[in-house]
Amino acid sequence: MQSDNTVYRRRQLLSSQIDLSKFNDKNFEKATEDEKRQQDVMGESTTFLKDGLRRLRKNPLAMGSICVLLLIVAIIIVAPHICPYSYSQIITVNGVRDKRATNLGPMEFSKLEMDYMEETGEKLFPHLLGTDSLGRDYFIRVIYGTRVSLSVGIVAAIMVLIIGLIYGSISGYFGGMVDMIMMRIVDVIYSLPDMLIIILLSVVLKETLQPAIAGTALAKLGTNMISIFIVFALLYWVGMARLIRGQILSIKNNEYVLAAKAIGTKDGRILRKHILPNCLSVIIITTALQVPSAIFTESYLSFLGLGVSAPLTSLGSLANDARGAMQSYPIRLVVPAIVICLIVLALNLLGDGLRDAFDSKLN
Amino acid sequence: MSSEYLLEVEHLKQYFPVQQGFKKIPLKAVDDISFAIKPGETLGLVGESGCGKTTVGRSLLRLYQPTAGKITFEGEVLFDSENKIDVDMLPYRKKMQMVFQDPYSSLNPRMTVEDIIGEPLDVHHLYSTKAERREKVLSLMETVGLNAEHAMRYAHEFSGGQRQRIGIARALAVNPKFIVCDEAVSALDVSIQAQVINMFEELQEKLGVAYLFIAHDLLVVHHISDRIAVMYLGHMMEIADADELNDNPLHPYTLSLLSAVPIPDPETARHSKRIILEGDVPSPMHMPSGCPFRTRCRYATEKCAAEMPELTDRGNGHLVACWNR
Repeated sequence: MQSDNTVYRRRQLLSSQIDLSKFNDKNFEKATEDEKRQQDVMGESTTFLKDGLRRLRKNPLAMGSICVLLLIVAIIIVAPHICPYSYSQIITVNGVRDKRATNLGPMEFSKLEMDYMEETGEKLFPHLLGTDSLGRDYFIRVIYGTRVSLSVGIVAAIMVLIIGLIYGSISGYFGGMVDMIMMRIVDVIYSLPDMLIIILLSVVLKETLQPAIAGTALAKLGTNMISIFIVFALLYWVGMARLIRGQILSIKNNEYVLAAKAIGTKDGRILRKHILPNCLSVIIITTALQVPSAIFTESYLSFLGLGVSAPLTSLGSLANDARGAMQSYPIRLVVPAIVICLIVLALNLLGDGLRDAFDSKLN
Repeated sequence: MSSEYLLEVEHLKQYFPVQQGFKKIPLKAVDDISFAIKPGETLGLVGESGCGKTTVGRSLLRLYQPTAGKITFEGEVLFDSENKIDVDMLPYRKKMQMVFQDPYSSLNPRMTVEDIIGEPLDVHHLYSTKAERREKVLSLMETVGLNAEHAMRYAHEFSGGQRQRIGIARALAVNPKFIVCDEAVSALDVSIQAQVINMFEELQEKLGVAYLFIAHDLLVVHHISDRIAVMYLGHMMEIADADELNDNPLHPYTLSLLSAVPIPDPETARHSKRIILEGDVPSPMHMPSGCPFRTRCRYATEKCAAEMPELTDRGNGHLVACWNR
């Protein structure tokens, strides 16, 4: 790189600092290859994702949460295939509905089942958590409840992410008048009382959705579940939109965005390639924290009787049903409550871990 | 005007609206500036912080929408507020590029060097296969003195000088005829400055690019520029050949700038007199009447307060805007 030419020019330029004419070549000694190599500081080249995951792996709380979540997911996927009972079916022995199989304790069998086992010598699958007041296996109901709650949480978080991301990026990137109008809309939605709107919407949507979804696959989900999704899509994206707008406002002032404009990059590409990857950490974290909040909302909506419709159940409605018999059968309240706590706690801790791992500026 | 010039700027104005209470007051960042650059020439642009140097560069590349004026590039009018000409800049982005001041914030931390340098190639569809793109990126990296094995690295893994080289390679990717160097060496330490400046000169010899070299270091500007323009508070004060300006400065502001340049020889320095300006730079939102420099100028007369002097030729293309000199 250094030719005689450059040395000469440098002398001119650096004259204010060092008078190079006082030195000659003998004053300097060339660095050996070995010495040059010592100057190389070569850390391993890592990507944003790899770097974040490496830091996440060092966080025991976050890794523990991932394990708990994976365990829960594995159980709710596998359990219905092993357990012969159904969440909506009253215990039936040999084709006969067992009317005395209600309110069984954990691992208990009803009289009819014991007679049947004695008669045939066949072993029946135990009721791990007993049965409910209608004689349905409680374990499988908790499994299905967890399935519903988790999927509500994840679907709602994804919907909030998509709407908030699009709305927030447009508002933040284009700024000015567009931003003004879009943010005032957000303010209006923000100022509405959540619970009131949710309850009103659930009631109204129930009426209007019923005929619309009759006979489709959605009918199985029930109108309440769909109205929960709609409520989330309508109300809960505003926080995400504000957050992403704020991020974009600060990132779009970076010189690399200006450089991209000078190159002639189109707005869409600038957003995708330059701005959004730089607020990825915030997006990941907020989405992860959105899941437990959605599960919570669904749980208390179900608790109020506005959640999924029977016979489908969710953790919230299981807890609600168990409320009446809280003193006689506390386990029916404790189990869904524990599962909610586990999921929400694990997701919150994971969200915190993700923030610690990804939010620290590249270092 | 003849087409001897690559880029001509006439009466460029760039105002930014600033909200003050309920009123919007224009901040006159650049006020009526004219200059021209020949192909392969370097025009240095100096002035103190906040005088609108950077804004001139960005308005030229139309990163800001100019308030008024006319910009002509290669004989084609890019912007003319009087005739309402405002062309689509995309084809011209290939011919006019920019190197930014801060090598730390001008590179996207989430992109590899290959993607940063390759982006202009993507945007202007300058390759047909992936292999061709890579080849072009590697040859650009070689041009600016980076090793090929750095291609897959991220910007934060480089030193300031190397980052600035990446920024230069990105500007060179489209083979531009004109590059705005916006304080391209100000953020680097002196030895790296020298390397980067030498590289700019070598590239100019090899590729024949013209530079608008914005800086506040007069030594550096004098070294690299063919001509130097001096700005103060959004106005052009003096334009002259680099040596002419150095030896025979006319404008009182240029005089004070030159007297602030450190002198390498302590003996001479002891006997030289510094012109120290009094007072602060006036706010660009409340410009003084007439000549903007009159509030700090020791030659100021009543005429200075009444009227802004035009840039007038004092021979040899030495233009000065001053009533008294």
